[in-house]
Formats: sequence, structure tokens, C-alpha cells
Amino acid sequence: MAHADTHDHHDHDHKPTGIGRWLFATNHKDIGTMYLLFALMMFFLGGAMALGIRLELFKPGMQWFDPAFYNSLVTNHALIMIFGAVMPAWVGLANWMIPLQVGAPDMALPRMNNYSFWILPFAFTLLLSSFFTAGGGPAGGWTLYPPLSLQAGDSFPLTIFAIHMMGISSIMGAINVIVTIMNMRAPGMTLLKLPLFCWTWLITAYLLIAVMPVLAGAVTMLLTDHYFGTSFFNPAGGGDPVMFQHIFWFFGHPEVYILILPAFGIVSEIIPAFSRKPLFGYDAMVYASASIAFLSFIVWAHHMFTVGMPLAGQMFFMMSTMLIAIPTGVKVFNWTATMWKGSITFEPPMLFALAFLFLFTIGGFSGLMLAIAPADFQYQDTYFVVAHFHYVLVPGAVFAIMAGVYYWLPKWTGHMYSMSLAKWHFWLSTVSVNVLFFPQHFLGLAGMPRRIPDYSTQFTDWNMVSSVGGFVFGFSQLLFVVVVWQCARGGAKATDKVWDGQMTGLEWTVASPAPYHSFTDAPDLTGVADTHH
Amino acid sequence: MPAPRGHRGLVARLLLFTAGSFAFGFALVPLYSVLCKVWDTGNRWYGTQTAQASVIEQPDVDRVVTIEFVGNVAHQEDWEFAPTATTMKVHPGKLYEATFHAKNLTGHAVVAQAVPSIAPQTIARYFKKTQCFCFEPQKFAIAESREMPIRFIVDRDLPPDIDRITLSYSFFDLPQAAASNR
Repeated sequence: MAHADTHDHHDHDHKPTGIGRWLFATNHKDIGTMYLLFALMMFFLGGAMALGIRLELFKPGMQWFDPAFYNSLVTNHALIMIFGAVMPAWVGLANWMIPLQVGAPDMALPRMNNYSFWILPFAFTLLLSSFFTAGGGPAGGWTLYPPLSLQAGDSFPLTIFAIHMMGISSIMGAINVIVTIMNMRAPGMTLLKLPLFCWTWLITAYLLIAVMPVLAGAVTMLLTDHYFGTSFFNPAGGGDPVMFQHIFWFFGHPEVYILILPAFGIVSEIIPAFSRKPLFGYDAMVYASASIAFLSFIVWAHHMFTVGMPLAGQMFFMMSTMLIAIPTGVKVFNWTATMWKGSITFEPPMLFALAFLFLFTIGGFSGLMLAIAPADFQYQDTYFVVAHFHYVLVPGAVFAIMAGVYYWLPKWTGHMYSMSLAKWHFWLSTVSVNVLFFPQHFLGLAGMPRRIPDYSTQFTDWNMVSSVGGFVFGFSQLLFVVVVWQCARGGAKATDKVWDGQMTGLEWTVASPAPYHSFTDAPDLTGVADTHH
Repeated sequence: MPAPRGHRGLVARLLLFTAGSFAFGFALVPLYSVLCKVWDTGNRWYGTQTAQASVIEQPDVDRVVTIEFVGNVAHQEDWEFAPTATTMKVHPGKLYEATFHAKNLTGHAVVAQAVPSIAPQTIARYFKKTQCFCFEPQKFAIAESREMPIRFIVDRDLPPDIDRITLSYSFFDLPQAAASNR
């Protein structure tokens, strides 16, 4: 099964030079770095759009933008954050860490790795160029519901093709991850010895190849409805716009687990490391991740309870959604149990992992509230939904990415970063993210609709609070850039093990910084004690 | 792109899986129609397309059900489209006729199609039409206006708690391609 794959790397630490190193990159570390930098740029671009939204919502009335532009800010903020920031950040971390964690010299398909990265800048150039077309950028929401999305101007085909390209990129990335993990593990590394980041990414990769093509199909149907006279979603020709929502959310729900499963993996590595105890219930974590992935395929219609569905359908989707709380509860329990009686220290990665644990759980609970079909009729399309998914995505997915970067950054650069600056980043982010999103629960329960640039005056106070939190959170992220920049430039020398914790991964056995070519000879783990059990 | 030899089998299987997922996305289209029929939702399927040659009238004169008619158009400036009478009181088991008025304001000859919807959805199967302008595309000359009939019968088995049924039509210009496909 696992075999040493040592082809092609005879020239140790010979790096290509100049721009060619990046354009024609096949080294997993270079590509990982490019993915992460791209994700960071998109995070700030999407964040700037979010600040535009919070600026407009600071007080009632129309201040800054006309409604169409506001709507395109909302739409592009979502598309950029999902497909441009969070997903590429995960692929970047996968590129950097999966070969190091399984003891492989590189990703399995280095050339395809290069293609899958370099598609992204083109995809986002296409998407962003739509802002300059007649009618402005796409403004019908990232969910692209017809008939509204079909009424867009010239931005429509640009958006569709950008989504096609993002999909192709992530499918190639996913195939690469699967082949690397399945074929290139070091001898003796059985599947149940895999670090959890690899496990959750493996499951994520299968989700990606299962549902990204469905999204590609759905947007292709939109395209042919618009330009080629088909009637998939056009009632005049016998189609049904509600069907789009079914197809979209068949993609969309697994997609939210694509965004969060690697986060579970990272947190499952950081919490044991800084609790100095093995992860509680490693096998249960693997099976829980797989169960969550399976369940994600049969819950999609909870996003659309209000479109009209037979009672049996509402019951089914409500119950299956609530079932997800069981494997997720297993995870939260296991993370907590890992810390029980541990010798815990609070380095920046651990702080972010703990904030993830608390705040993601809040997002999970509001998700359970939304899963209740009769109650959802009240919550649907309000700020309560916005609060819910931002809790799972910002202090959820984004905090886990930050935790992962802070965990592995010294391994990448060979330098320790400023712990005090990173802690400032943590506390500012954690406080402000709650100031930003918690009041949105109240706004939603009070009936404030989402995707509207203006609102009734009774919503003013909490919107102001939320906007203040938004600006503090947004500018706090500049600290992250400073920390990463300083760490890349220099700093105290990091040891191979980096942290004074209980880390078990193979990545801690290579030098810091990780050499350009690592594990050219696969480490042999046959007979090595299983550290997870 | 050439995959290193050892990976080819797995890569081929994963690409096949991906192609299968793409095909599955399109397979959801017929699947959706089938499921809507099976689960009796998506009320296009019941009562809306049931042209019956003859019906036996057995009016239940003790029972009165209010039928409400609603007409919608996507672009108000293109059509006048409205029911001639907005409500009608009927006995289940008796055949009735109602009309909708339409006038073409698009400035050119056009083919249009009415798409029905019935509320509450669950009783769609008890609302039977013997004739309806929605059964086929309607040709209109420039500025032509006409009254279009619908003949219907409410089934005597209509659940007793229902005293009001809303029948709404959305009136669409048929795109050329969609028109020729029909």
C-alpha cells in the first residue's frame, strides 16, 4: 500500500531562481506558499468589501453606495471569502503539510498542482473584472438563485466562468490530496496512524470531487437558460426555479463541511500538542468526520424550508440535520476531554484553537435552532442566519487557519515570531469578532432582513455595535500580516520541534525551516509505536 | 497531464468519479420531476394538466368552496393579464367555466404560455381541469386581446377543512427556442 516514492529529487536544496520558480513551481512548499499568500490577499479584498457593507449599515438610510453596488459587494464578499480565501488557504496548508505529515517528498501530481494554483488568479480576475461591465458586478447573492441571477448584466457569464475555473482548480487540488495520501504515505503509516489534518483533508477532498461538479452543472444550466434557450429553471418552458435551489444546496451543504472539516483536523492536532496529552478518541474523531461528511449529503433542503415542501420532507431534513449534532458533539466532547487534566499552555496556536472550540460551538448551536423547520420560517433570510454562518466561518474556519499558520509558521520560516504581537492579534480578533457578529443574532431575531442596504431605525444600535466590531476586527488582521512578515524576515531561530509541547507529526522531525526537498528518503514507521492510541 | 506511473490508476478512478458527479448534477433534473410526482408536490403535476374528455357531474350542493383567481406577469408593461372575476363560489362535483383576460402590449406578435400554481399545494389533485388556456402556448397578434377560458371541476373528495382554493397563473412570453421545443 504505502510505498516510498523517491523519484526525481536527486538535487537536494537546489531551488529554481527568479520568477520562474513561482510560475513553473512544482515544489509543494512553493505552491503552498503561493496558495496561502493568494488566500491572504483575497481575505483582505473580501474583508474590504465586508467593511464597505458594515460602513453602509452603520446607520439607517443610504449613505455610501447605491443599492445595486451594495448587493454586488454582498455577493462578491461571499464568493471571494469562500472560493478565494478559505478554500485556497486550506489547499495551501494541505500542500505545505500533507507531504510533511505523511513522509512524502512532494505532492503526488506536482504539475497538476501548479495548474490548480495558477487557474485561481485568472478566475478571480474574471470575477472582479465584472465590476467594470455594464450593470456592475454580480449582485444576486452568491447562491445565484434564478430568476434574479439571470437578470444580471454582462457580469453574468464572467461570474459563471469564474466559478467554473474555481471549481476546476479545487477539483484538481482535491485529486492531488487524495492521491498523495492514498499512495505516498511512508512505509508503516497505516490509515489509522494518519495525523487528523490529513484525515479530515482526505474526507474534504472526496466531498470536493463529489459536489464541485454538481455546482459546475448547476451554473452551466444557468448559462444555457440565459443564452441557449433551455428551460431548466424557466417556468415558461416547463422548468422550475425551485429546482435550482435543490441542485445548488446539494452542492452547498457539503461545501460548508469542505470549509470546516480541515479546521477540525487542525484543532485536533493543536489541542493535544499544547495539552501535552494524546488526542482523546482518535478513532472516534475519524469516524465522526466521516459521518459528518456522509450526513452533509442528505440535509440540503434545510436551507430552503420556506420554498414549500411536503411535511414529510420538512421532517426528514429537520431530523437529518439534527443528527449532525451527534458526531459534532463527539468532536467537541473529545477536544474538551483531551484538555482534561492536561498540562495546558496558551501559545498563540492554542489560543486560536480554544477560541475555535468555544465560538464554533456557538455557531453550531444557532445552526440547530435554524434546523427546526417551524422556527426557521421566522429566521429565514434574517441576520440570524448571517450571524450563524459567520460564527462557523470566521471564528470557525478562519480562526482554525490562523491557528494552523501560527502552529506551523516557524517550521516554514525557521524563525519564531513575536508571541506578544500574535497574542495581541488573538485578543483583538476574538473580542471584536464577538462584538461584530453576536449582535447580529439579536437583529435577526428582531426581524432585520439580510442583503438589504437600509433598515428600520429600531435596528440602529446593534448595527452600530456590529460595525464597530467589524472595523476593529478588520484592522486587527493587519497585525497578522506584521507577525508573518517579521517571521519571514528573521527572528529567533526555531528548533526542529519548534514548540515545547507534545507533537507527534512527522513534520516535527525535519529541520526548521523545512528543507526545500524533504523526505526524499521515506521515513520507515513500520513497528514504530502508534502515537495516537 | 502525465501522472507518475504509479498514480495513474487512482487518478483515472478519481477523474471518473468527478465526471460521474457532473453527470449526477444533470440527473437531478429528471429526478426532481419524478420525486415531485411521487411526493405529490410541485403542483404543476396534479390538477394542472389534467384534460379529461368527460366528467360526471354530481354536485354537492350543500358545500360551497371559494375559488380565487390570480394573474401574474413578469413585466407589467408587456401584458394586461388578469382574471375576469377574482372569486367564484362553487359546489364540488360541478363543472364551471372562468375566464382570464390577456392583451399583448409587447408591440409585436408573440407566443405566450400560462403556468399554473394552486394553493394550498396539498389539494392540487382535487382540482381538475377539463379545458385550460394553460394547456398550450397562446399566439397573440400585435395588441390582440382576448378572453381565455378554463373549465374545471372540484372533486367531491376535497378534504372537508378546505373552503378556499387559490388558482394563480403566471403568464410568460415564450422564448423562441423554448417555443420550438414544445
